[in-house]
Amino acid sequence: MVEVSLSAFAFLFSELVQYNQTQVDNIAELERRLEDAGYAVGARVLELFCHREKGNRRETRLLGILSFVHTTVWKVLFGKVADSLEKGTEHEDEYMISEKELLVNRFISIPKDMGTFNCGAFVAGIVRGVLDNAGFPSVVTAHFVPMEGQQRPRTTILIKFADEVSHMMSLLNIY
Amino acid sequence: MAPVIPRSGDAAFANVERVNAELFTLTYGAIVRQLLTDLEEVEEVNKQLDQMGYNIGVRLIDEFLAKSNISRCVDFKETAEVIAKVGFKMFLGVTATVTNWDAEGTSCSLVLSENPLVGFVELPDTCHGLYYCNILCGVIRGALEMVSMKTEVTWVRDMLHGDDAYEMRVKLIKQVPEEYPYKDDE
Repeated sequence: MVEVSLSAFAFLFSELVQYNQTQVDNIAELERRLEDAGYAVGARVLELFCHREKGNRRETRLLGILSFVHTTVWKVLFGKVADSLEKGTEHEDEYMISEKELLVNRFISIPKDMGTFNCGAFVAGIVRGVLDNAGFPSVVTAHFVPMEGQQRPRTTILIKFADEVSHMMSLLNIY
Repeated sequence: MAPVIPRSGDAAFANVERVNAELFTLTYGAIVRQLLTDLEEVEEVNKQLDQMGYNIGVRLIDEFLAKSNISRCVDFKETAEVIAKVGFKMFLGVTATVTNWDAEGTSCSLVLSENPLVGFVELPDTCHGLYYCNILCGVIRGALEMVSMKTEVTWVRDMLHGDDAYEMRVKLIKQVPEEYPYKDDE
């Protein structure tokens, strides 16, 4: 596998965030723009990885595509499988991918005045780009979740599938 | 005796944490795409990419000096070699060749063996005039400015535009003498 230094990526990512900061008035807008940038990556990642890692096969089942994101996408992009993939407890159509130390958040400290801003929005965008282009439209957001006994919160990528996905799955009776 | 200077960044690259180059490539692509959408004019995009690179360069030089075991270069020729063989290797895992020196020894070309920024990229006709990798020029300019060298860095050959290599021209404008003593309150 061809690699570049982590700092090269960190420098580049920090420029992405700083540039987008100059283009927005508020945090929600900044996260949306980072998500857009991620989406473009995700769309390409799906195409590339389905071709290369999966022998030109694309997952057509919900759990299949989620596991593809959690395992294949994470492993190639971030060098490891994501820490966890869980089903939401409150809503049927929600899933969470969590990472103790998400790559893009490793070197970022959020100033107090930026509140809940999470650079993980970029990764949320990647996930949405993969899911959407695989035929599973969804809303994907990144959140910090404080962990007991840990100084830094973990990042949870929350995936909420569009109604049509649940509908389609129940029609086909598959998950 | 001349100081021993590492002529390769292999060791430095082996010792730093690394990520998959595709994540880097695709993220860079996303940045360029955003700039093209926001700024519309390729000239403006070139400028913004150069500015981003400059921002990176002025910070990257610290890490470079801390981790590369490079001591002071005696002249610009040595500086160019160090950028090509150690700098590029340490951060991007590739090397460049220094060539086409002018008679004064103040401008030269860096030719990249491989270019991790351009994977999966094909430029449409509308991007004529876009220096897709302009961020690299900014990085070099920024980093050199931090070690007292004012430079101009431009692309002369670009395979995305059909040339046979990736070649940057680095021109030393002036060497700014360091000023001592630094004042504490500056």
